[in-house]
Amino acid sequence: MSVWITLAYLLAAVCFILGLRFLSSPRTARRGNVIAAVGMGVALLATALQVTHNWPYIILGVVIGSVVGVAGARMVKMTAIPQMVALFNGVGGGAAALISTADYLNSAGGQGPSVLIPVVFSAVVGSISFAGSMVAFLKLQEWMTGQPITYPGQQIVNGVIALGIVGIAVYLMTTGSLPAFFVVMVILGLVLGVAFVLPIGGADMPVVISLLNAFTGLAAAATGFVLGNTVLIVAGALVGASGTLLTLLMSRAMGRSIGNVLFSAFGSARAGGAALALGAEGGTVRSGSADDVAVLLAYARSVVIVPGYGLAVAQAQHAVRELADLLEKRGVEVKYAIHPVAGRMPGHMNVLLAEANVPYEQLYEMERINPELERTDVALVVGANDTTNPAAKETPSSPIYGMPIIEVDHAANVVVLKRSMAAGFAGVDNPLYYNPKTTMLFGDAKKSLTDLVNAVKNV
Amino acid sequence: MSAQLLTNVTILVLAAFVGFEVISKVPTTLHTPLMSGTNAIHGIVIVGGLLTVGALAGGWVGVVLGTVAVIFGTINVVGGFLVTDRMLEMFKGRRPPPAQSADPSKKA
Repeated sequence: MSVWITLAYLLAAVCFILGLRFLSSPRTARRGNVIAAVGMGVALLATALQVTHNWPYIILGVVIGSVVGVAGARMVKMTAIPQMVALFNGVGGGAAALISTADYLNSAGGQGPSVLIPVVFSAVVGSISFAGSMVAFLKLQEWMTGQPITYPGQQIVNGVIALGIVGIAVYLMTTGSLPAFFVVMVILGLVLGVAFVLPIGGADMPVVISLLNAFTGLAAAATGFVLGNTVLIVAGALVGASGTLLTLLMSRAMGRSIGNVLFSAFGSARAGGAALALGAEGGTVRSGSADDVAVLLAYARSVVIVPGYGLAVAQAQHAVRELADLLEKRGVEVKYAIHPVAGRMPGHMNVLLAEANVPYEQLYEMERINPELERTDVALVVGANDTTNPAAKETPSSPIYGMPIIEVDHAANVVVLKRSMAAGFAGVDNPLYYNPKTTMLFGDAKKSLTDLVNAVKNV
Repeated sequence: MSAQLLTNVTILVLAAFVGFEVISKVPTTLHTPLMSGTNAIHGIVIVGGLLTVGALAGGWVGVVLGTVAVIFGTINVVGGFLVTDRMLEMFKGRRPPPAQSADPSKKA
């Protein structure tokens, strides 16, 4: 490999690191993404110089891939970003697995462990990532149920599959080239990817995607070991680190351990004891009309809007901004409180609100808004549930006990826009709704908000 | 263990530390674009696809696998960077008043 090519790869790696660095502020983030893309371009050019065979196939592949990639990126709705990320992540993992398989069949099969180990690793991890991401995509796209799919002994079966993979991998290390075994191992990797994601609920998919993102990164790094290519190693390690860190941050924001997210089939139809107890007590729920709520909002000094998953589902982000604009025109101070896991992915709510032209200065993270809620006249909860549940702080027996929440119950008044009294993702009843300060406005989030906009206009 | 392998392991470990450092500075606000952006970066695996297919003198199985890998890798790279850019484009500061009425129609 010539010196220039090595230097080009170094430049690409530097671009990736700088690009991620620029992502730390909304002002420079877009530039950061462009810098990373330039790095990718440099790496690809340097690679193209080394291609000696099969140009027609490569060009065909790049053209097909570009068409699909551009179409997907252009057409996807902002509410569907999580499943798009899952899909792109999956094909990346698939690519790593395919490359390793091709390498193994081609030459790597007979080589020493310094090549064999990364080939096997990349093939297995890449195929887990591919299959797992596809299941995550199907769940988020709601082409299959978002409920956890469980059966007795599931974790044991998954464990056996994993052991089978390890067994074949070890066997491949100790014997000569065995293409059939390698292919079986890759297929088992695919099976494990599916089996591993099936019991995880739809709302936990972002954690899974982030983890699989890390997997694909590591698979890419392993491919770098096989090919002796440093830019693959650096980029793969960066993504591996980022995916791992995000996975940890997300579980922490939900007050749960990674093990709990991945292996406990959380969000299945398990009615918590706390829920039953509350329902039996029969606390009173006060439900109001759009006109009542409009008066409350219009004459408030400060309103904090707490958007959640329900807002994303109802695609009500534009309606919420319209309401906020109207209130601001009347002199009401409007802020948005964003829980770290609001929406379908951390930061997803920020994207949705940015799409609706809500300036990011108006968005407050949980730690910043909580002290202000005491001085807030109205907290308007739109399609959020568990992230506002006071039981997370007050009821040690609650399954969500310990999860940090947005403390809307500290505001003078609480208005909750919600479809019905059904429990949230965690399957836990929310004492907030029985609080005397709380007014419920039942209905689809988008319709309720539109009603509110009209009602505020008439106040 | 060869010297080359050791060098590679060193690079891997150091890059992982750099990754942790850089990523821990990204605010929650930007975590979705971050996930999507790092997602695009692991599309670098396409380099592996190009090197593998580009060096094969024969063997249709390898060529087919490699070509599919190139398709997948390209989707990952192109789609990943574009969709991240689309998201980040919307992260604007407080809007200038005149643009306010014009924007919703554009995005609809």
